Amino acid sequence: MRLELKSVLPFLIPAGLIVLWQVLASAGEISQSVLPAPTQVVAAGWRLALSGELWANIWISTWRALTGLAIGGGIGFALGLANGASKLSERLTDPSLQMIRTIPHLAMIPLVILWFGIDETAKIFLVALGVFFPIYLNTLHGVRTVDDQLVEMGRAYGMSPATLFAKVVLPGALPSIFVGLRYALGIMWLTLIVAETISASSGLGYMAMNAREFMLVDVVVLAILIYAALGKLADSGAKLLERATLSWHPAYVSR
Amino acid sequence: MTDHALSGFAFSPSAASAVRTVHARGGAPVALRGLAKSFGAKPVLSGIDLEIPAGQFLAVVGRSGCGKSTLLRTIVGLESPSAGVVAAARGDEARIMFQEPRLLPWARIVDNVRVGVPGGKTKADAREAARAALAEVGLADRAGEWPSVLSGGQKQRVALARALVSRPRLLALDEPLGALDALTRIEMQALLERVWREQGFTAVLVTHDVSEALALADRVILIENGAIALDIAVDLPRPRRRGSPEIARLEGAILDQLFGNGASEDALKESVA
Ligand SMILES: Nc1ncnc2c1ncn2[C@@H]1O[C@H](COP(=O)(O)OP(=O)(O)OP(=O)(O)O)[C@@H](O)[C@H]1O
Ligand SMILES: [Mg+2]
Repeated sequence: MRLELKSVLPFLIPAGLIVLWQVLASAGEISQSVLPAPTQVVAAGWRLALSGELWANIWISTWRALTGLAIGGGIGFALGLANGASKLSERLTDPSLQMIRTIPHLAMIPLVILWFGIDETAKIFLVALGVFFPIYLNTLHGVRTVDDQLVEMGRAYGMSPATLFAKVVLPGALPSIFVGLRYALGIMWLTLIVAETISASSGLGYMAMNAREFMLVDVVVLAILIYAALGKLADSGAKLLERATLSWHPAYVSR
Repeated sequence: MTDHALSGFAFSPSAASAVRTVHARGGAPVALRGLAKSFGAKPVLSGIDLEIPAGQFLAVVGRSGCGKSTLLRTIVGLESPSAGVVAAARGDEARIMFQEPRLLPWARIVDNVRVGVPGGKTKADAREAARAALAEVGLADRAGEWPSVLSGGQKQRVALARALVSRPRLLALDEPLGALDALTRIEMQALLERVWREQGFTAVLVTHDVSEALALADRVILIENGAIALDIAVDLPRPRRRGSPEIARLEGAILDQLFGNGASEDALKESVA
Protein backbone atom coordinates (compact mmCIF):
# COMPACT_ATOMS: atom_id res chain seq x y z
CA MET A 1 0.00 0.00 0.00
CA ARG A 2 2.80 2.37 0.99
CA LEU A 3 4.77 1.38 -2.05
CA GLU A 4 1.85 2.09 -4.37
CA LEU A 5 1.36 5.54 -2.91
CA LYS A 6 5.06 6.21 -3.33
CA SER A 7 5.07 5.31 -7.02
CA VAL A 8 1.96 7.43 -7.68
CA LEU A 9 3.34 10.46 -5.86
CA PRO A 10 5.46 11.98 -8.68
CA PHE A 11 2.46 11.97 -11.05
CA LEU A 12 0.06 13.77 -8.72
CA ILE A 13 1.08 17.31 -9.60
CA PRO A 14 1.25 16.88 -13.42
CA ALA A 15 -2.10 15.05 -13.42
CA GLY A 16 -3.62 17.75 -11.23
CA LEU A 17 -2.37 20.47 -13.56
CA ILE A 18 -3.86 18.76 -16.61
CA VAL A 19 -7.22 18.39 -14.86
CA LEU A 20 -7.12 22.05 -13.82
CA TRP A 21 -6.16 23.08 -17.36
CA GLN A 22 -9.07 21.05 -18.78
CA VAL A 23 -11.55 22.46 -16.28
CA LEU A 24 -10.47 26.08 -16.87
CA ALA A 25 -10.49 25.64 -20.65
CA SER A 26 -13.93 24.01 -20.66
CA ALA A 27 -15.28 26.75 -18.44
CA GLY A 28 -13.99 29.31 -20.94
CA GLU A 29 -11.58 30.83 -18.44
CA ILE A 30 -8.68 30.30 -20.89
CA SER A 31 -9.23 31.59 -24.41
CA GLN A 32 -8.86 28.92 -27.11
CA SER A 33 -6.51 31.16 -29.05
CA VAL A 34 -4.16 31.25 -26.04
CA LEU A 35 -4.24 27.66 -24.88
CA PRO A 36 -6.63 25.01 -26.23
CA ALA A 37 -7.98 22.37 -23.85
CA PRO A 38 -6.04 19.11 -23.43
CA THR A 39 -8.83 17.26 -25.23
CA GLN A 40 -8.39 19.55 -28.24
CA VAL A 41 -4.65 18.91 -28.29
CA VAL A 42 -5.31 15.17 -28.20
CA ALA A 43 -7.83 15.57 -31.02
CA ALA A 44 -5.26 17.48 -33.10
CA GLY A 45 -2.76 14.71 -32.46
CA TRP A 46 -5.27 12.10 -33.54
CA ARG A 47 -6.10 14.03 -36.71
CA LEU A 48 -2.45 14.43 -37.70
CA ALA A 49 -1.64 10.85 -36.80
CA LEU A 50 -4.40 9.58 -39.06
CA SER A 51 -3.20 11.70 -41.96
CA GLY A 52 0.33 10.39 -41.43
CA GLU A 53 1.70 13.93 -41.22
CA LEU A 54 2.63 13.52 -37.55
CA TRP A 55 4.66 10.35 -38.03
CA ALA A 56 6.51 11.73 -41.02
CA ASN A 57 7.53 14.81 -39.05
CA ILE A 58 8.52 12.88 -35.93
CA TRP A 59 10.56 10.52 -38.07
CA ILE A 60 12.44 13.24 -39.94
CA SER A 61 13.20 15.15 -36.72
CA THR A 62 14.40 12.01 -34.94
CA TRP A 63 16.53 11.07 -37.91
CA ARG A 64 18.20 14.51 -37.93
CA ALA A 65 18.77 14.40 -34.18
CA LEU A 66 20.33 10.94 -34.16
CA THR A 67 22.46 11.53 -37.26
CA GLY A 68 23.83 14.74 -35.74
CA LEU A 69 24.44 12.94 -32.45
CA ALA A 70 26.24 10.07 -34.15
CA ILE A 71 28.52 12.38 -36.11
CA GLY A 72 29.26 15.03 -33.47
CA GLY A 73 29.22 12.56 -30.58
CA GLY A 74 31.40 10.09 -32.47
CA ILE A 75 34.03 12.68 -33.27
CA GLY A 76 33.89 14.09 -29.73
CA PHE A 77 34.25 10.61 -28.23
CA ALA A 78 37.18 9.71 -30.46
CA LEU A 79 38.99 13.00 -29.81
CA GLY A 80 38.27 12.73 -26.08
CA LEU A 81 39.85 9.28 -25.97
CA ALA A 82 42.81 10.30 -28.12
CA ASN A 83 43.52 13.44 -26.11
CA GLY A 84 43.06 11.62 -22.81
CA ALA A 85 45.56 8.97 -23.84
CA SER A 86 48.13 10.98 -25.79
CA LYS A 87 49.81 14.18 -24.69
CA LEU A 88 50.89 14.87 -28.26
CA SER A 89 47.37 14.68 -29.62
CA GLU A 90 46.14 16.86 -26.77
CA ARG A 91 48.76 19.56 -27.36
CA LEU A 92 47.87 19.55 -31.02
CA THR A 93 44.09 19.74 -30.87
CA ASP A 94 42.85 20.77 -27.44
CA PRO A 95 43.73 24.50 -27.55
CA SER A 96 41.93 24.90 -30.89
CA LEU A 97 38.91 23.00 -29.64
CA GLN A 98 38.74 25.12 -26.50
CA MET A 99 38.82 28.20 -28.73
CA ILE A 100 35.91 26.98 -30.85
CA ARG A 101 34.04 26.13 -27.67
CA THR A 102 33.75 29.80 -26.77
CA ILE A 103 31.43 30.31 -29.77
CA PRO A 104 27.81 29.46 -28.84
CA HIS A 105 26.90 26.97 -31.54
CA LEU A 106 23.51 28.56 -32.17
CA ALA A 107 25.32 31.78 -33.10
CA MET A 108 26.49 29.88 -36.16
CA ILE A 109 22.97 29.61 -37.58
CA PRO A 110 23.20 32.52 -40.06
CA LEU A 111 26.55 31.29 -41.32
CA VAL A 112 25.34 27.69 -41.52
CA ILE A 113 22.33 28.78 -43.58
CA LEU A 114 24.66 30.64 -45.92
CA TRP A 115 26.87 27.58 -46.24
CA PHE A 116 24.33 24.81 -46.52
CA GLY A 117 21.03 26.56 -47.29
CA ILE A 118 18.10 25.10 -45.39
CA ASP A 119 18.52 21.48 -46.33
CA GLU A 120 19.36 18.56 -44.05
CA THR A 121 23.09 19.27 -43.86
CA ALA A 122 22.55 22.56 -42.05
CA LYS A 123 20.50 21.00 -39.24
CA ILE A 124 22.72 17.97 -38.87
CA PHE A 125 25.78 20.19 -38.77
CA LEU A 126 24.30 22.31 -35.99
CA VAL A 127 23.28 19.30 -33.92
CA ALA A 128 26.68 17.70 -34.40
CA LEU A 129 28.42 20.90 -33.32
CA GLY A 130 26.16 21.19 -30.29
CA VAL A 131 26.64 17.65 -28.99
CA PHE A 132 30.36 17.55 -29.76
CA PHE A 133 31.59 19.52 -26.76
CA PRO A 134 29.76 17.86 -23.87
CA ILE A 135 30.83 14.45 -25.16
CA TYR A 136 34.38 15.52 -25.93
CA LEU A 137 34.94 17.25 -22.59
CA ASN A 138 33.43 14.48 -20.47
CA THR A 139 35.21 11.70 -22.32
CA LEU A 140 38.51 13.55 -21.90
CA HIS A 141 37.81 14.12 -18.23
CA GLY A 142 36.80 10.47 -17.77
CA VAL A 143 39.96 9.11 -19.38
CA ARG A 144 42.17 11.52 -17.46
CA THR A 145 40.72 10.63 -14.10
CA VAL A 146 41.01 6.87 -14.50
CA ASP A 147 42.75 5.52 -11.41
CA ASP A 148 46.51 5.52 -12.12
CA GLN A 149 47.00 2.67 -9.69
CA LEU A 150 44.72 0.45 -11.76
CA VAL A 151 46.56 1.40 -14.94
CA GLU A 152 49.86 0.53 -13.26
CA MET A 153 48.39 -2.78 -12.09
CA GLY A 154 47.26 -3.54 -15.65
CA ARG A 155 50.73 -2.83 -17.02
CA ALA A 156 52.43 -4.84 -14.28
CA TYR A 157 50.14 -7.77 -15.08
CA GLY A 158 51.17 -7.71 -18.72
CA MET A 159 48.13 -6.12 -20.38
CA SER A 160 48.72 -4.97 -23.96
CA PRO A 161 47.76 -1.34 -24.75
CA ALA A 162 44.55 -2.55 -26.42
CA THR A 163 43.58 -4.73 -23.45
CA LEU A 164 44.49 -1.97 -21.03
CA PHE A 165 42.18 0.35 -22.92
CA ALA A 166 39.29 -2.10 -23.10
CA LYS A 167 39.53 -3.46 -19.56
CA VAL A 168 40.75 -0.49 -17.54
CA VAL A 169 40.58 2.90 -19.26
CA LEU A 170 37.23 2.71 -21.04
CA PRO A 171 35.25 1.18 -18.14
CA GLY A 172 36.86 3.70 -15.79
CA ALA A 173 35.87 6.60 -18.03
CA LEU A 174 32.34 5.33 -18.67
CA PRO A 175 30.51 7.08 -15.81
CA SER A 176 31.87 10.42 -16.98
CA ILE A 177 31.08 9.62 -20.63
CA PHE A 178 27.46 9.00 -19.67
CA VAL A 179 27.25 12.36 -17.96
CA GLY A 180 28.40 13.86 -21.26
CA LEU A 181 25.92 11.81 -23.26
CA ARG A 182 22.92 12.82 -21.19
CA TYR A 183 23.93 16.45 -21.36
CA ALA A 184 24.43 16.11 -25.12
CA LEU A 185 20.95 14.65 -25.57
CA GLY A 186 19.43 17.77 -24.07
CA ILE A 187 21.47 19.99 -26.37
CA MET A 188 20.59 17.77 -29.31
CA TRP A 189 16.82 18.42 -29.06
CA LEU A 190 17.27 22.07 -28.18
CA THR A 191 19.47 22.67 -31.23
CA LEU A 192 17.09 20.83 -33.50
CA ILE A 193 14.04 22.77 -32.29
CA VAL A 194 15.78 26.07 -32.91
CA ALA A 195 17.11 25.00 -36.31
CA GLU A 196 13.79 23.57 -37.49
CA THR A 197 11.86 26.55 -36.25
CA ILE A 198 14.06 28.98 -38.11
CA SER A 199 14.48 27.17 -41.38
CA ALA A 200 12.92 23.90 -42.44
CA SER A 201 10.36 22.43 -44.78
CA SER A 202 9.66 19.36 -42.66
CA GLY A 203 10.00 18.12 -39.09
CA LEU A 204 8.31 18.96 -35.82
CA GLY A 205 9.65 22.51 -35.68
CA TYR A 206 8.34 23.16 -39.17
CA MET A 207 5.00 21.64 -38.20
CA ALA A 208 4.74 24.04 -35.29
CA MET A 209 5.74 27.11 -37.29
CA ASN A 210 3.41 26.18 -40.11
CA ALA A 211 0.53 25.73 -37.64
CA ARG A 212 1.27 29.14 -36.17
CA GLU A 213 0.70 30.75 -39.56
CA PHE A 214 -2.75 29.18 -39.71
CA MET A 215 -3.44 29.99 -36.04
CA LEU A 216 -3.69 26.28 -35.17
CA VAL A 217 -2.73 26.70 -31.52
CA ASP A 218 -3.61 23.08 -30.73
CA VAL A 219 -0.97 21.81 -33.20
CA VAL A 220 1.62 24.21 -31.78
CA VAL A 221 0.99 22.89 -28.27
CA LEU A 222 1.06 19.34 -29.62
CA ALA A 223 4.49 19.89 -31.20
CA ILE A 224 5.84 21.29 -27.96
CA LEU A 225 4.55 18.30 -26.00
CA ILE A 226 6.03 15.86 -28.51
CA TYR A 227 9.41 17.56 -28.20
CA ALA A 228 9.19 17.16 -24.45
CA ALA A 229 8.23 13.49 -24.81
CA LEU A 230 11.08 12.80 -27.23
CA GLY A 231 13.54 14.49 -24.90
CA LYS A 232 12.30 12.41 -21.98
CA LEU A 233 12.47 9.26 -24.09
CA ALA A 234 16.09 9.91 -25.06
CA ASP A 235 17.04 10.60 -21.46
CA SER A 236 15.34 7.43 -20.24
CA GLY A 237 17.11 5.45 -22.92
CA ALA A 238 20.47 6.82 -21.81
CA LYS A 239 19.60 6.09 -18.20
CA LEU A 240 18.72 2.51 -19.06
CA LEU A 241 21.98 2.07 -20.96
CA GLU A 242 23.85 3.64 -18.06
CA ARG A 243 22.29 1.26 -15.60
CA ALA A 244 23.04 -1.75 -17.77
CA THR A 245 26.70 -0.89 -18.28
CA LEU A 246 27.43 0.50 -14.83
CA SER A 247 25.81 -2.32 -12.88
CA TRP A 248 29.10 -2.79 -11.02
CA HIS A 249 28.90 0.72 -9.60
CA PRO A 250 27.83 0.80 -5.94
CA ALA A 251 25.46 3.66 -6.83
CA TYR A 252 23.56 1.37 -9.19
CA VAL A 253 23.90 -1.95 -7.40
CA SER A 254 21.54 -1.09 -4.59
CA ARG A 255 18.82 0.40 -6.80
CA MET B 1 36.90 -24.08 1.22
CA THR B 2 37.14 -21.46 3.94
CA ASP B 3 38.46 -23.87 6.57
CA HIS B 4 40.98 -25.11 4.05
CA ALA B 5 42.27 -21.56 3.70
CA LEU B 6 42.75 -21.37 7.43
CA SER B 7 44.34 -24.80 7.81
CA GLY B 8 47.75 -23.23 7.34
CA PHE B 9 47.19 -21.04 10.39
CA ALA B 10 50.53 -20.38 12.02
CA PHE B 11 49.63 -22.01 15.30
CA SER B 12 48.31 -25.20 13.78
CA PRO B 13 50.83 -28.06 13.95
CA SER B 14 49.37 -29.74 10.83
CA ALA B 15 50.54 -26.89 8.60
CA ALA B 16 54.00 -28.38 8.29
CA SER B 17 52.63 -31.39 6.45
CA ALA B 18 50.63 -29.33 3.94
CA VAL B 19 53.52 -29.05 1.50
CA ARG B 20 52.40 -29.72 -2.07
CA THR B 21 54.34 -29.17 -5.24
CA VAL B 22 51.72 -30.10 -7.83
CA HIS B 23 51.74 -27.06 -10.12
CA ALA B 24 54.73 -25.27 -8.69
CA ARG B 25 57.40 -23.94 -11.04
CA GLY B 26 59.70 -23.36 -8.08
CA GLY B 27 61.37 -20.12 -7.14
CA ALA B 28 63.58 -17.87 -9.23
CA PRO B 29 66.63 -16.12 -7.76
CA VAL B 30 67.06 -12.36 -7.68
CA ALA B 31 70.38 -10.54 -7.94
CA LEU B 32 70.96 -6.80 -7.51
CA ARG B 33 74.42 -5.41 -8.13
CA GLY B 34 75.43 -1.86 -7.37
CA LEU B 35 71.80 -0.82 -7.60
CA ALA B 36 71.10 2.91 -7.27
CA LYS B 37 67.87 4.77 -7.78
CA SER B 38 67.20 8.47 -7.60
CA PHE B 39 64.15 10.54 -8.49
CA GLY B 40 65.46 13.65 -10.15
CA ALA B 41 68.24 14.93 -7.94
CA LYS B 42 66.95 13.03 -4.92
CA PRO B 43 68.86 9.79 -4.26
CA VAL B 44 66.69 7.10 -2.68
CA LEU B 45 68.80 3.95 -2.97
CA SER B 46 72.52 3.64 -3.54
CA GLY B 47 75.01 0.80 -3.84
CA ILE B 48 72.59 -2.00 -3.04
CA ASP B 49 74.03 -5.49 -3.51
CA LEU B 50 71.55 -8.22 -2.80
CA GLU B 51 71.34 -11.88 -3.72
CA ILE B 52 68.08 -13.64 -3.01
CA PRO B 53 68.37 -17.41 -3.52
CA ALA B 54 65.52 -19.19 -5.28
CA GLY B 55 62.62 -19.92 -2.96
CA GLN B 56 63.77 -17.69 -0.12
CA PHE B 57 61.26 -15.65 1.86
CA LEU B 58 62.87 -12.23 2.32
CA ALA B 59 61.37 -9.45 4.37
CA VAL B 60 62.36 -5.81 3.87
CA VAL B 61 61.84 -3.43 6.79
CA GLY B 62 62.73 0.18 7.39
CA ARG B 63 61.34 3.59 8.20
CA SER B 64 58.61 5.15 6.16
CA GLY B 65 60.10 6.80 3.08
CA CYS B 66 63.41 4.90 3.29
CA GLY B 67 62.89 3.38 -0.16
CA LYS B 68 61.36 -0.04 0.53
CA SER B 69 58.70 0.30 -2.15
CA THR B 70 61.24 1.71 -4.57
CA LEU B 71 63.48 -1.32 -4.02
CA LEU B 72 60.58 -3.71 -4.56
CA ARG B 73 59.31 -1.91 -7.63
CA THR B 74 62.80 -1.97 -9.09
CA ILE B 75 63.06 -5.71 -8.49
CA VAL B 76 59.87 -6.42 -10.46
CA GLY B 77 60.71 -3.88 -13.15
CA LEU B 78 58.14 -1.18 -12.41
CA GLU B 79 61.00 1.28 -11.92
CA SER B 80 64.22 1.19 -13.88
CA PRO B 81 67.44 1.54 -11.89
CA SER B 82 69.49 4.74 -12.19
CA ALA B 83 72.62 2.61 -11.97
CA GLY B 84 73.52 -1.01 -11.45
CA VAL B 85 72.00 -4.28 -12.60
CA VAL B 86 68.80 -6.09 -11.69
CA ALA B 87 68.51 -9.75 -12.58
CA ALA B 88 65.11 -11.20 -11.73
CA ALA B 89 62.19 -13.10 -13.21
CA ARG B 90 59.96 -11.08 -15.57
CA GLY B 91 56.58 -11.32 -17.26
CA ASP B 92 54.08 -13.71 -15.70
CA GLU B 93 56.88 -15.33 -13.68
CA ALA B 94 57.09 -12.20 -11.51
CA ARG B 95 54.03 -10.79 -9.77
CA ILE B 96 53.49 -7.92 -7.40
CA MET B 97 50.85 -7.40 -4.77
CA PHE B 98 50.30 -3.76 -3.88
CA GLN B 99 49.37 -2.18 -0.59
CA GLU B 100 45.89 -1.61 -2.02
CA PRO B 101 43.99 -4.51 -3.60
CA ARG B 102 43.73 -2.62 -6.92
CA LEU B 103 40.83 -4.72 -8.16
CA LEU B 104 38.91 -3.55 -11.21
CA PRO B 105 35.58 -2.44 -9.72
CA TRP B 106 33.77 -3.17 -13.02
CA ALA B 107 34.94 -6.78 -13.27
CA ARG B 108 33.48 -9.70 -11.33
CA ILE B 109 35.81 -11.35 -8.81
CA VAL B 110 36.63 -14.25 -11.12
CA ASP B 111 37.38 -11.84 -13.99
CA ASN B 112 39.65 -9.84 -11.71
CA VAL B 113 41.63 -12.98 -11.01
CA ARG B 114 41.62 -13.72 -14.75
CA VAL B 115 43.70 -10.57 -15.22
CA GLY B 116 46.63 -12.55 -13.80
CA VAL B 117 46.22 -15.51 -16.15
CA PRO B 118 49.01 -15.52 -18.76
CA GLY B 119 47.95 -14.92 -22.37
CA GLY B 120 47.38 -17.73 -24.84
CA LYS B 121 44.73 -19.57 -22.85
CA THR B 122 41.14 -19.96 -23.94
CA LYS B 123 38.57 -18.01 -21.97
CA ALA B 124 37.21 -21.21 -20.42
CA ASP B 125 40.66 -22.39 -19.35
CA ALA B 126 41.49 -18.98 -17.93
CA ARG B 127 38.25 -18.98 -15.97
CA GLU B 128 38.99 -22.46 -14.68
CA ALA B 129 42.46 -21.37 -13.52
CA ALA B 130 40.98 -18.27 -11.89
CA ARG B 131 38.42 -20.35 -10.01
CA ALA B 132 41.14 -22.70 -8.79
CA ALA B 133 43.20 -19.76 -7.54
CA LEU B 134 40.14 -18.37 -5.77
CA ALA B 135 39.58 -21.73 -4.11
CA GLU B 136 43.14 -21.59 -2.87
CA VAL B 137 42.50 -18.36 -0.99
CA GLY B 138 39.13 -19.63 0.25
CA LEU B 139 36.89 -17.45 -1.91
CA ALA B 140 35.58 -19.97 -4.44
CA ASP B 141 31.98 -19.14 -3.56
CA ARG B 142 32.39 -15.41 -4.28
CA ALA B 143 33.56 -15.77 -7.89
CA GLY B 144 30.51 -14.14 -9.46
CA GLU B 145 30.27 -11.08 -7.21
CA TRP B 146 31.44 -7.49 -7.62
CA PRO B 147 34.55 -6.41 -5.66
CA SER B 148 32.59 -3.64 -3.95
CA VAL B 149 30.73 -6.15 -1.76
CA LEU B 150 33.90 -7.71 -0.29
CA SER B 151 35.63 -6.75 2.94
CA GLY B 152 39.16 -5.33 2.90
CA GLY B 153 40.72 -8.65 3.84
CA GLN B 154 38.71 -10.50 1.20
CA LYS B 155 39.75 -8.00 -1.45
CA GLN B 156 43.40 -8.61 -0.59
CA ARG B 157 42.80 -12.35 -0.85
CA VAL B 158 41.39 -11.81 -4.36
CA ALA B 159 44.50 -9.76 -5.17
CA LEU B 160 46.62 -12.65 -3.85
CA ALA B 161 44.71 -15.10 -6.05
CA ARG B 162 45.31 -12.79 -9.03
CA ALA B 163 49.04 -12.74 -8.23
CA LEU B 164 49.22 -16.52 -7.77
CA VAL B 165 47.15 -17.66 -10.73
CA SER B 166 50.11 -17.51 -13.12
CA ARG B 167 52.17 -19.63 -10.71
CA PRO B 168 54.85 -16.95 -10.38
CA ARG B 169 58.41 -17.82 -9.44
CA LEU B 170 58.87 -14.44 -7.77
CA LEU B 171 56.21 -12.73 -5.68
CA ALA B 172 56.79 -9.18 -4.52
CA LEU B 173 54.53 -7.94 -1.74
CA ASP B 174 54.37 -4.24 -0.88
CA GLU B 175 52.80 -4.07 2.57
CA PRO B 176 49.75 -5.96 1.34
CA LEU B 177 48.46 -6.44 4.87
CA GLY B 178 49.14 -2.92 6.09
CA ALA B 179 45.52 -1.79 6.04
CA LEU B 180 44.03 -4.87 7.69
CA ASP B 181 42.94 -5.32 11.30
CA ALA B 182 45.11 -7.43 13.62
CA LEU B 183 43.09 -10.65 13.39
CA THR B 184 42.71 -10.54 9.61
CA ARG B 185 46.43 -9.84 9.36
CA ILE B 186 47.30 -12.98 11.26
CA GLU B 187 44.96 -15.02 9.05
CA MET B 188 46.47 -13.52 5.92
CA GLN B 189 50.00 -14.15 7.17
CA ALA B 190 49.12 -17.80 7.67
CA LEU B 191 47.60 -17.96 4.20
CA LEU B 192 50.70 -16.36 2.69
CA GLU B 193 53.00 -18.76 4.48
CA ARG B 194 50.92 -21.71 3.33
CA VAL B 195 50.90 -20.79 -0.38
CA TRP B 196 54.60 -19.94 -0.24
CA ARG B 197 55.35 -23.39 1.21
CA GLU B 198 53.11 -25.09 -1.33
CA GLN B 199 54.40 -23.30 -4.40
CA GLY B 200 57.97 -22.56 -3.47
CA PHE B 201 58.20 -19.13 -5.15
CA THR B 202 60.74 -16.56 -4.05
CA ALA B 203 58.93 -14.04 -1.84
CA VAL B 204 59.99 -10.46 -1.13
CA LEU B 205 57.75 -8.89 1.50
CA VAL B 206 57.97 -5.21 2.33
CA THR B 207 56.51 -4.49 5.74
CA HIS B 208 56.78 -1.89 8.46
CA ASP B 209 55.88 -4.54 11.02
CA VAL B 210 59.07 -6.15 12.36
CA SER B 211 57.18 -8.96 14.11
CA GLU B 212 55.39 -9.79 10.86
CA ALA B 213 58.75 -9.97 9.11
CA LEU B 214 60.09 -12.31 11.78
CA ALA B 215 57.00 -14.51 11.75
CA LEU B 216 57.23 -15.14 8.00
CA ALA B 217 60.70 -14.57 6.61
CA ASP B 218 63.84 -16.67 6.23
CA ARG B 219 65.82 -13.48 6.20
CA VAL B 220 65.18 -9.86 7.11
CA ILE B 221 66.97 -6.85 5.68
CA LEU B 222 66.74 -3.34 7.04
CA ILE B 223 67.03 -0.38 4.69
CA GLU B 224 68.49 2.80 6.12
CA ASN B 225 69.85 5.85 4.33
CA GLY B 226 69.38 4.13 1.00
CA ALA B 227 71.50 1.11 1.86
CA ILE B 228 71.15 -2.27 3.55
CA ALA B 229 71.96 -1.54 7.19
CA LEU B 230 71.18 -4.97 8.58
CA ASP B 231 70.89 -8.41 6.97
CA ILE B 232 69.92 -11.18 9.36
CA ALA B 233 68.95 -14.80 8.84
CA VAL B 234 65.92 -16.06 10.74
CA ASP B 235 66.77 -19.70 11.24
CA LEU B 236 63.73 -20.70 13.21
CA PRO B 237 61.46 -23.68 12.63
CA ARG B 238 57.99 -23.15 11.18
CA PRO B 239 55.26 -22.61 12.09
CA ARG B 240 56.73 -19.98 14.36
CA ARG B 241 55.40 -19.15 17.74
CA ARG B 242 54.75 -15.49 18.28
CA GLY B 243 56.62 -14.06 21.26
CA SER B 244 59.19 -16.87 21.52
CA PRO B 245 62.50 -15.78 23.07
CA GLU B 246 64.45 -16.14 19.79
CA ILE B 247 62.02 -13.93 17.92
CA ALA B 248 62.05 -11.41 20.74
CA ARG B 249 65.85 -11.30 20.60
CA LEU B 250 65.93 -10.70 16.83
CA GLU B 251 63.20 -8.10 17.09
CA GLY B 252 65.24 -6.31 19.71
CA ALA B 253 68.30 -6.30 17.46
CA ILE B 254 66.36 -4.79 14.56
CA LEU B 255 64.60 -2.18 16.67
CA ASP B 256 67.92 -1.21 18.28
CA GLN B 257 69.37 -0.54 14.87
CA LEU B 258 66.26 1.45 13.92
CA PHE B 259 65.91 3.55 17.05
CA GLY B 260 69.24 3.21 18.84
CA ASN B 261 72.23 4.92 17.31
CA GLY B 262 70.49 5.50 13.96
CA ALA B 263 67.62 7.56 15.28
CA SER B 264 69.46 10.60 16.57
CA GLU B 265 71.64 10.82 13.45
CA ASP B 266 68.58 10.69 11.19
CA ALA B 267 66.70 13.27 13.19
CA LEU B 268 69.69 15.55 12.88
CA LYS B 269 69.92 15.02 9.13
CA GLU B 270 66.23 15.70 8.64
CA SER B 271 66.34 18.92 10.61
CA VAL B 272 69.24 20.11 8.46
CA ALA B 273 67.53 19.13 5.18
N1 LIG C 1 57.83 8.47 -8.45
C1 LIG C 1 58.52 9.18 -7.53
N2 LIG C 1 58.95 10.43 -7.81
C2 LIG C 1 59.64 11.14 -6.91
N3 LIG C 1 59.98 10.70 -5.68
C3 LIG C 1 59.59 9.46 -5.33
C4 LIG C 1 58.84 8.64 -6.24
N4 LIG C 1 58.58 7.47 -5.62
C5 LIG C 1 59.15 7.55 -4.40
N5 LIG C 1 59.77 8.74 -4.22
C6 LIG C 1 60.51 9.17 -3.02
O1 LIG C 1 61.41 8.17 -2.69
C7 LIG C 1 61.48 7.97 -1.30
C8 LIG C 1 61.23 6.54 -0.97
O2 LIG C 1 59.90 6.21 -1.29
P1 LIG C 1 59.30 4.78 -1.06
O3 LIG C 1 57.89 4.82 -1.51
O4 LIG C 1 60.19 3.78 -1.67
O5 LIG C 1 59.37 4.64 0.53
P2 LIG C 1 58.88 3.46 1.47
O6 LIG C 1 60.04 2.99 2.22
O7 LIG C 1 58.12 2.48 0.67
O8 LIG C 1 57.90 4.24 2.45
P3 LIG C 1 56.54 3.71 3.12
O9 LIG C 1 56.91 2.78 4.21
O10 LIG C 1 55.93 4.96 3.67
O11 LIG C 1 55.73 3.10 2.05
C9 LIG C 1 60.47 8.92 -0.69
O12 LIG C 1 61.16 10.05 -0.20
C10 LIG C 1 59.60 9.32 -1.83
O13 LIG C 1 59.17 10.64 -1.68
MG1 LIG D 1 56.05 1.96 0.49
